[in-house]
Amino acid sequence: MSKYDIKEGDVIDGFVIGEQLHTGGMAILWHATHPDIESPIVFKVPKILEGDDPTVIVGFEMEMMILPRLSGPHVPKVYAVGDFATMPYVAMEFIRGETIFPTLERAPIAVDEVVSLGRKISTALVDLHRQKVIHHDIKPSNIMIRPSGEAVFIDFGLSRHLELPDLLEAEFHLPMGTAPYISPEQVRQFRAEPRSDLFSLGVLLYHLATGERPFGLPRSTQALKKRLWRDPVPPRKIRPEIPAWLQEVILRCLEVKPANRYPTAARLAFALQNPDSVRLTQRAEKISRDGVITVFRRWLKVRALPPLESHSIGAPSASIVMVAVDLEEQYHYLAEALLDHTKRLLSTMSDVRLACVNVNKISTVFMSDPFDEQGRNVHIQRLVELRDWARPIALASDKISFHVLENMDPAEALIEFAQSNHADQILMCARGAGNYRRFLGSVSSQVVARAPCTVTVVRAPAPVSEKAPAANEMAT
Amino acid sequence: MRIAILSDIHANREAFDACLAHAVRQNVERYVFLGDLVGYGADPQYIVDRVVRFAEEGAVVLKGNHDEAATRGANDGMNEYARKAIDWTFNALDDASRKFLGELPGFVEEEDRLYVHSEATAPSDWRYITDAATAERSMRATIQRITFCGHVHIPQLYNMSPQKPAQYFEPKPNTAIPLIGQRQWLAVMGAVGQPRDKNPAAAYAVLDTTKKDVTYFRIAYDMQPTAQKIHEAGLPAILAARLFVGR
Repeated sequence: MSKYDIKEGDVIDGFVIGEQLHTGGMAILWHATHPDIESPIVFKVPKILEGDDPTVIVGFEMEMMILPRLSGPHVPKVYAVGDFATMPYVAMEFIRGETIFPTLERAPIAVDEVVSLGRKISTALVDLHRQKVIHHDIKPSNIMIRPSGEAVFIDFGLSRHLELPDLLEAEFHLPMGTAPYISPEQVRQFRAEPRSDLFSLGVLLYHLATGERPFGLPRSTQALKKRLWRDPVPPRKIRPEIPAWLQEVILRCLEVKPANRYPTAARLAFALQNPDSVRLTQRAEKISRDGVITVFRRWLKVRALPPLESHSIGAPSASIVMVAVDLEEQYHYLAEALLDHTKRLLSTMSDVRLACVNVNKISTVFMSDPFDEQGRNVHIQRLVELRDWARPIALASDKISFHVLENMDPAEALIEFAQSNHADQILMCARGAGNYRRFLGSVSSQVVARAPCTVTVVRAPAPVSEKAPAANEMAT
Repeated sequence: MRIAILSDIHANREAFDACLAHAVRQNVERYVFLGDLVGYGADPQYIVDRVVRFAEEGAVVLKGNHDEAATRGANDGMNEYARKAIDWTFNALDDASRKFLGELPGFVEEEDRLYVHSEATAPSDWRYITDAATAERSMRATIQRITFCGHVHIPQLYNMSPQKPAQYFEPKPNTAIPLIGQRQWLAVMGAVGQPRDKNPAAAYAVLDTTKKDVTYFRIAYDMQPTAQKIHEAGLPAILAARLFVGR
């Protein structure tokens, strides 16, 4: 019995309570309707029993604080929250479909499906972390997939908003999370680390890929700590068909030290979307767990671990910078200016991933020939040129990637790439500023207008000998 | 209802005007002044005149230790600069203003809120809230769910649930913080007229009683004329200098 007893047919702040939808450990969910809201509603009420665990109340308070401040497709839309003094509730969007819990029960699932789910969930995490929230309870029963394909997080009872007081940290001196998924730093009761969510997602992907839990199902706080020193069995040992790159990604998520994981959810999403960009390390090739001596050393070290320090969300140090390179020979001076600018930008940042992009514009009317006049494959030729352009930047191979996009609309291709790869910044050139461009809109102006991130447009004067046509254009 | 809460104006006309102009843009409908309207700054008469008009329109106005001293003479807890400023302020105010300040209440309760200048156990002792322990003592002294106070010139936010110690939170400016749940909250305002948290911008906050959240603001203003007037009035130079560094 909940202290806040409601039944079908009750009307609370205009919400008409329907059938009971679900009873969880912390809350009861009801179907509901509201005369002003067309879509179906979920009405969530905390399950508070006499002398019950106070984390239920505080968790619900946290959810009431955080959920109304979130937006976008990766969280349920909130219609109203009730006053805790009278009737606490959260009235939110009813999301059709199921959580991914049933998928977990079928594990191991096809590798493609693991990767596809990983992309969806990491993309949702990018959005959540950009809203300054750490979920802290990433697990199958807290993730739903919308009919349109986006992953949605539900249940923010353990979450932390980095700009709001953390009521949970203040009151409870116990690890908070779900045993199989909880990150090492959560075990150590540290709640200001966005990369905790990457660890939990790593556990989820490991389980989906192998059918096994990387750290078992610990039942005590002591048993939870084991993940601080004991590494999981490499996924490829359990299921050899898992590609090396995916093992690399999963084991990197499961690193004990947050600093050794992906620096941001965006970088994890990038890896899952661009397997070719994943640099394989010894993690990829590992076929057995670490030896007794290594594990024992780690165990000794855990006893003297320094306090954890917070890592800010989306720190500029871990950005994804996308540089759109114009490879047309007549604009070589623009490519050079862009190169200078890129080098200067990179020198001010640490740990950047650079995605070098070129658009191969294909015609709407004519069948495009994949080969040029010299009989070379255009796509490959562009890749070669792109690599050559970037050579002076001298970034490690795991920090740079090359992409040739084929599209009829270059601006559209660039915007779409920036969106799906969570670019923090786009660097590109503008060819000129003639009348023709002013009326029809240049590629750069479209990208500036519509890109989801910072865009820097580099301009450079044409060399003297090439200025003549531009002057003519102005005269006409 | 949106309520602007301003504390420790300390006769700083420019900071006060900047905060009020901002509050108007924030669609504030009601004003609460948590005391220390005067002392330190060179515009006590201007501030009192304006606050009197707000009071006539229903604003809550409390008495701070400097307001009390400005009507009765400096008290023992004050340092040398504060004393000099108080002696100067006493003479700079007209009789009606001194009377207005002298008759202000020490605290006001409204709905689920307590407004008080300093720590709530003994408002007339002018104690500071500087940490979770002093915040807890203050919250235990009231049955109100939300306390607003000033006096320390450093913005802070505390919350406390039954049988638990108080917890500190450093409020981030421009972020609405929900004062949610079955817990008590203690919102310490920064100073409008003399910030001391190393940020020289004027501090105040807006409470939204419908959304049940509070937003702390920092308002940049030109303190050059403020400092100039302090010098011209012959007030201690440090009172002008500290405005630029917020200490």
